[in-house]
Amino acid sequence: MTNLSSLPLTKEAAEPADFKRGLKLGIPIALGYVPVAFTFGLMAVQGGIPIWIVILISLTNLTSAGQFAGVGLIIANASLFEIAVTTFVINIRYLLMSLSLSQRIVPMPLINRAIMAFGITDETFAVASMEKREITFPYMLGLISCPYFGWALGTALGALTTALLPPALQSAMGIALYAMFIALFVPPAMKSKAVFTVVLIAVALSSAFSWVPYLKNHISAGWSIIITTIGASTLGAIFFPRKENQ
Amino acid sequence: MTKILLAVFIMAIVTYIPRALPITAMTRKIESPFIKSFLYYIPYAVLAAMTFPAILSATSSTYFSIIGLVVGVCLAYRGQGLFKVAMGTVLTVYLCEMLFPGL
Repeated sequence: MTNLSSLPLTKEAAEPADFKRGLKLGIPIALGYVPVAFTFGLMAVQGGIPIWIVILISLTNLTSAGQFAGVGLIIANASLFEIAVTTFVINIRYLLMSLSLSQRIVPMPLINRAIMAFGITDETFAVASMEKREITFPYMLGLISCPYFGWALGTALGALTTALLPPALQSAMGIALYAMFIALFVPPAMKSKAVFTVVLIAVALSSAFSWVPYLKNHISAGWSIIITTIGASTLGAIFFPRKENQ
Repeated sequence: MTKILLAVFIMAIVTYIPRALPITAMTRKIESPFIKSFLYYIPYAVLAAMTFPAILSATSSTYFSIIGLVVGVCLAYRGQGLFKVAMGTVLTVYLCEMLFPGL
């Protein structure tokens, strides 16, 4: 991690540059969000939820799996308690991401941290955590902006439209977010034996959770991601402890 | 209607809490080498866990998904950026959908 003071830019000069850099990195995330949000909007409206509430959900939640599950439960007329527990369990993985980011940000006021916390998603976290430098508030604001509007725009389009994308295109877009994840973890895994091993362990564990009959039936997708992440990272820390300043 | 709005409000709260709690509460730097190593590996573990095997059911056919996965990994391996990997993979799957509909 580069020490901020060793950078050529002063703090004041770095802020607009940081914001712009974040903004640029957020564009592909936003593009990936539009079709997913579109599907969400379509599904929720078809399920009988008023259009303005569907858009409100995307504006206040900004999460894919949690929203899909939550709306599925609302449509199924589940209790508020069930909705709360299910959504929470699916979102527990954000605890790990937020903890990881807490160690990577420059010192900043509580309110700034509270604001950027809202924008932590699987994708913004993935991109931010690959930053070589410490993460600044303008950078995070920039990074979050496009995905936030992309998510809202996609939801609105899906909620307002009755026509579907051609099914072939819809299916193809379904793989976009995963391709993005691959682009983020494959190159570092090729450079480091430790990261490669952690990735392999994670793939093995998450496969076990979705294919081994007992685990498949008893562990939800949300818990599977959490247990896999903790398991693979712990093994990584045990077998490949990192030296200071590495 | 009121119940739906209440549900949306609850969803927003339980989504925000895990996002906000660690980053607002943990203001000091962790010193333990073990925890630092653990946190270093989290992004890779979480991305791999979210990608596989979920990617296999991300398109209309497991075969297309496998082809997309292979193309994506190859593009990423060759050092292509995020956008190129995503577009290359989507186009590959779209081509598959066109050439072998309903496979």
